[in-house]
Amino acid sequence: MEQFTGKVWVLGDDIDTDIIIPTEYLALKTVDDMKPYAFSPLRPELAGQIKEGDIIVAGKNFGCGSSREQAPEIIKALGIKCVIAKSFARIFFRNSINNGLLLIEQDALHDHVTEGEEISVTVGKEVVANGTSYAISALPQNLLDIINAGGLVKAMRKLNGLD
Amino acid sequence: MGMTIAEKIIAAAAGVSEVKPGDIHTVELDHLMSNDGTTHLTIDMYNKLKNPTIADVSKLVWIVDHNVPCDSVKTANSHKKMRDFAKEHHIQFYEGAGVCHQVMIENHVRPGELIFGADSHTCAYGALGAFGTGVGCTDYLYAMVTGKSWVLVPETLRFNLTGKLPEGVYARDLILTIIGMIGANGANYMAMEFAGEGMKTLSISDRVAICNLCVEAGAKTALMEVDEITLEYLKEHGREPKHSFKSDEDAHFAKVYDIDLSTIKPIVAKPHFVDSVVEAKECFGTKIDEAFLGSCNNGRIEDLRVGAEILKGRKVSPLVRFLVVPASQAVYTQALEEGLLEIFMQAGAIVMNPNCSVCWGSCQGVIGANEVLISTGTRNFKGRAGSPDSFVYLASAATVTASAIAGEITTADRL
Amino acid sequence: MGYTVIEKIIRNNIGKDVKAGEIVTVNVDRVMIHDIFIPFVASKFEEMGFTKLWDPDKVVLIYDHLVPASQVDDTRHFKVGNEFAAKYGMKNVHRSDGICHQLMTEAGYVKPGNIVFGTDSHTTTYGCVGAFSSGIGYTEMASILGTGTMWVKVPETIRVEINGTLPDNVMAKDIILKLIGDLGADGATYKALEFTGDTVANMSVASRMSMSNMAIEAGAKCAVFTPDEKTAEYCEVTLTDKEKDLVGDADAVYCRTITYQAEEFVPVCACPSNVDNVRPVSELEGTEIDQVFIGSCTNGRLEDLMAAAEVLKGKKVAPFVKLIVTPASRKIYTQALENGTMKILADAGAMITHPSCGLCCGRTGGILTDGEKVVATNNRNFLGRMGSSKVGIYLASPKTAAACAVAGKIVSA
Repeated sequence: MEQFTGKVWVLGDDIDTDIIIPTEYLALKTVDDMKPYAFSPLRPELAGQIKEGDIIVAGKNFGCGSSREQAPEIIKALGIKCVIAKSFARIFFRNSINNGLLLIEQDALHDHVTEGEEISVTVGKEVVANGTSYAISALPQNLLDIINAGGLVKAMRKLNGLD
Repeated sequence: MGMTIAEKIIAAAAGVSEVKPGDIHTVELDHLMSNDGTTHLTIDMYNKLKNPTIADVSKLVWIVDHNVPCDSVKTANSHKKMRDFAKEHHIQFYEGAGVCHQVMIENHVRPGELIFGADSHTCAYGALGAFGTGVGCTDYLYAMVTGKSWVLVPETLRFNLTGKLPEGVYARDLILTIIGMIGANGANYMAMEFAGEGMKTLSISDRVAICNLCVEAGAKTALMEVDEITLEYLKEHGREPKHSFKSDEDAHFAKVYDIDLSTIKPIVAKPHFVDSVVEAKECFGTKIDEAFLGSCNNGRIEDLRVGAEILKGRKVSPLVRFLVVPASQAVYTQALEEGLLEIFMQAGAIVMNPNCSVCWGSCQGVIGANEVLISTGTRNFKGRAGSPDSFVYLASAATVTASAIAGEITTADRL
Repeated sequence: MGYTVIEKIIRNNIGKDVKAGEIVTVNVDRVMIHDIFIPFVASKFEEMGFTKLWDPDKVVLIYDHLVPASQVDDTRHFKVGNEFAAKYGMKNVHRSDGICHQLMTEAGYVKPGNIVFGTDSHTTTYGCVGAFSSGIGYTEMASILGTGTMWVKVPETIRVEINGTLPDNVMAKDIILKLIGDLGADGATYKALEFTGDTVANMSVASRMSMSNMAIEAGAKCAVFTPDEKTAEYCEVTLTDKEKDLVGDADAVYCRTITYQAEEFVPVCACPSNVDNVRPVSELEGTEIDQVFIGSCTNGRLEDLMAAAEVLKGKKVAPFVKLIVTPASRKIYTQALENGTMKILADAGAMITHPSCGLCCGRTGGILTDGEKVVATNNRNFLGRMGSSKVGIYLASPKTAAACAVAGKIVSA
């Protein structure tokens, strides 16, 4: 079972896709071009502070709003290892799986974690923060299949006899 | 010694009986027009003055027309600054009513007036026999605070027009021909005066198109005699002349040009200079990505009629974006009532609210690298309509519309 | 045991019984891609190794977010789209005809009972004609383009029943805002909304569209209305028995049922900066505003413009306040020209722009700055959606919006 630790950035409820990446920057050529503007309406400095391996912990309905797939791609490109939230909006959820960004639903953690704290995650089992264990569940098989294939693009390449 | 129209207007504004080219005079101004291109800068300077006041607020007209509706937070800040200041100081304020020069001509300009506008195409007001000239923020601010400014009396170039433009040739072709003939600096610091029998064949709309573009030859201002056509226009708009000047028989002109309108042909100004003019036929076949019918130069009802007439029953080429932008709300409403907007919509054009649009090139319909625009706008400078690696051709409403249908540069008679 | 509407649509599509919670692979009837995402769809499609579209006629490409282009690189999206369409033999391309969601039903791409996906969250709109439609990302779109299929979890359904007659100053927009307020922004996540009741039956397809459009704002996967005669007329089809049967069965299993009495609705606004922050207009009366926006796939239809025109007739927009009107499609713009609506709006001082997403997607079309407030008929009021993060966006119906434009502050129509 995959295990890792990371520093936590704490965000609130209903973090929408326009906060994750405002429409103004959506037509920039690459995700790397867009990256500096991540979360800018809410916390303009955040994109510059996130380091490889960090973890976002959020409240309910993370990723609500538009279908823009740049949202999970940018979060991944910033180096975020996983997002742990009370709940996720569904398009964002699918987009994340398809891009190999790990999402974990956990109801209680958000209310007990402080920004900057280190937490450890055992995928499919638990999150440990400040000595307390918070149980997490495993993903359904069809989603694991996509993740195991390395995302939807790779799954389709396999289907088309490439790789 | 006689005086030209420009000299007479300056003399009247300076309260003297005679002026001559090269003199510098302090003048009383009639209107001070400013738009969202620079007004925020003027306000910043105003606020830095010690105990600033506005000499005569009734002379100020502020118009938001360049980026309407607003395209970014940066311009939203400029607009808000302008709107708040106008509200506080009770300045006549228009937002979304149309391109500043068209709004001025429809609502404010009177023959014989001396008008400063913080925009280079202010010379358009010569169509109504007013001395309009473009100034920067500093000049504007001085005039706003004192009600006065200084002007250097310009030399005048005289254009005697005879005959009548052929079918399918427009005032726009005429002025582009003249600019090509005298060059982009051919009238630097000078006034360009138009007169002669041929004037009778030119509507106010034609005259605005001619005067408006004179700055592209470097002119300080452009002027036309007040005649029946002018008076009729003023009557329709509920105004009367301040003065109706004509140049004296013995007035001095730096140079006199005689132009027979019947010799003018459809013209295209090629990238990247307005004086880079050729006969339209030399550009036939050039593929275009976008076409623009609009601007203070060619966005009046007469221009939309020309476009609609050609477009009626036809379709815009599927790969061409054809922007149609009436020059003012009055033009928009007129076009709506005449059924022109319907023709444009049914043909596949993009009809926008009155504003500067892609003539200004910073927000609406901007073009990308290697793209080609054919435009009735005022300028074809490098990067003017978007990417520095794009290309702008200037032509008449007819040629632009015909090209939008064909997907390449052509004239209406070839459709 | 009976079926919900969404269970029936999926059952008809795959030819076997399904129940909420099952994961199934559906055959896609139509897909929609818009200008913002076409470059990404195109590159993912080729990266996946596909060489042809599963069915070019089932793919619709619509330019709407970037029309007219406001940034120098925007036209690159048109170029990529045009090349992709030419390369793979796509004929259904709209380059300046209006907003994608309006065109999908208006131009006849979506019919009752269809399963449709689009690269836009408001793809839920097509439930207005009894279709199952939902938003997806560009990677998933690329895989549908190659395979014509997509996996879905059959959603549970929240049944919303509305009966009675709406007050004069209340529109479908007020209903959906109230519902989102009651459900919360995640109250329908992963779920389907099913609308029923005589109020809904009496509504135009356009009004239903405003409601299905905003279902995503409660997190819903989709929102459906039973196809009826109005649907048939709008879609220019004769309903088959299967389509007529797209009614929630009496013994179907719903995870929740919510009932409303139409007479009890009042005009509401979704206040900054969440769509579920819904309050009656009466509590907001007097709030000074700077701008009003009437348009979008939520409320840019002919009936919306006419409702606004009724309020604006013979009146003027308040001094220093801007009214921006952006019809949802070329057809609507033309109809509004023909029936005199545009004249009324223009006379009132509205700035009428070409049909497109306009201000709703926040790239241009009336961007605002710190301290400014806007009343808008679109679907989102997220932080920073229409400019700086200190702009207050109040979502409302076209009637309320028009009344606010005249008053220069928030008031009821």
